[in-house]
Amino acid sequence: MFITSAMAATTEGAAAAAVFPPFDSSTYASQLFWLAITFGLFYWVMSKVLAPRIADILETRQDRIAQDLDMARQLQDEADAAHAAYEQELAQARATAGEIGQKARDKAKADAEAERQKVEAELGRKLADAESRIAEIRDRALGEVDTIAADTTGEIVERLVGSKVTKAELTKAIGAVRS
Amino acid sequence: MAQDPIKQFEINTIVPLQNVAGLDLSFTNSSLFMVATVATASAFLYFGSANRGLVPSRLQSMAEMSYEFVASMLRDAAGSEGMRFFPFVFSIFMFVLFANLFGMVPYFFTVTSHIIVTFALALLVIGTVIVYGFMRHGLKFLGLFVPEGVPMAVVPLVVAIEVISFLSRPISLSVRLFANMLAGHTALKVFAGFVVSMTSLGALGVIGSVLPLIMVIAMTALEFLVSFLQAYVFAVLTCMYLNDAVHPNH
Repeated sequence: MFITSAMAATTEGAAAAAVFPPFDSSTYASQLFWLAITFGLFYWVMSKVLAPRIADILETRQDRIAQDLDMARQLQDEADAAHAAYEQELAQARATAGEIGQKARDKAKADAEAERQKVEAELGRKLADAESRIAEIRDRALGEVDTIAADTTGEIVERLVGSKVTKAELTKAIGAVRS
Repeated sequence: MAQDPIKQFEINTIVPLQNVAGLDLSFTNSSLFMVATVATASAFLYFGSANRGLVPSRLQSMAEMSYEFVASMLRDAAGSEGMRFFPFVFSIFMFVLFANLFGMVPYFFTVTSHIIVTFALALLVIGTVIVYGFMRHGLKFLGLFVPEGVPMAVVPLVVAIEVISFLSRPISLSVRLFANMLAGHTALKVFAGFVVSMTSLGALGVIGSVLPLIMVIAMTALEFLVSFLQAYVFAVLTCMYLNDAVHPNH
């Protein structure tokens, strides 16, 4: 079995079996010829089509990334500017709000002051009125004291003495007593 | 015979084109996989860039990643002036990477496991360095071999060393890739062969074959890494050599 196959191999290709295939120079021409054709074609396709295509893709992506980065930077700047503007507006609004509040507070204070003064004036007036009325009433009452005294005195004198005394005399006498 | 670890490197004619100007230019399995490598790599990059999405799809992301991987590699090594070689370096990287990865599929041929292919690619790189170096800098390009600040007495020695190291570059560049692919695939095949021959030895052999099977699995993972790593190394060294063409004065 082994012998027959070995014999078959030797008869099949005596030259090929005798020489180690990589050192069989009879195949060199063919290998070089086809290597030149295939590698030459490959190099041509590579330099004309394949490498430029991939380079183009990579470049496009690079450009796109750079462009996107630029846009992102621009948007960032815009956002920063918007933020600054917002801050400024906020500060302004805060200042305005403070001003308005101050104004309102001042106005309220002034109003309250005016009201207070009005009320105080009213109260003062009413007090003065009341005082004057009290004085009047007192005066009147004091004046009536004389009359009542005179009347009472006249009554007493009449009961004691039994004779009428004139009003003028009584008034005169009371005035004498009181002074 | 199926276990012969060398058989996978044999070149079989598919379409005979013998005696074209005295040369055998037959379309072989190697040619087929070169075409497949180029077609797949092109399709990957073409469809990966078809949508031109601002937000990449998975395929597009992978295409962009490989592009930027090689672009940064070249820019780091040779500066922005070196970027004119970008299609060249990218072609080499993708070609080697896809050829290596194709080789990882069982029953597939590994284009880069043949010294003549890797040597041709290395010569292409060095040829580009020499042609561009002289075009760009004229005879000043030879200053590459004379490092600055070396005493006159030792200049001949240094120049000799520099020239030898320069000339050995295509050899080291091509042998590194070729040997890695060859050795890796051969070792994989050998261990896989162990699995097959041990399982034919009965129950004990089946149990014993677990060890080489684990080895094959581990080595397959390693070979995927090597496939990528060797493509990367080839591309990085290409970038560094191109840097010499762009900036010959170290």
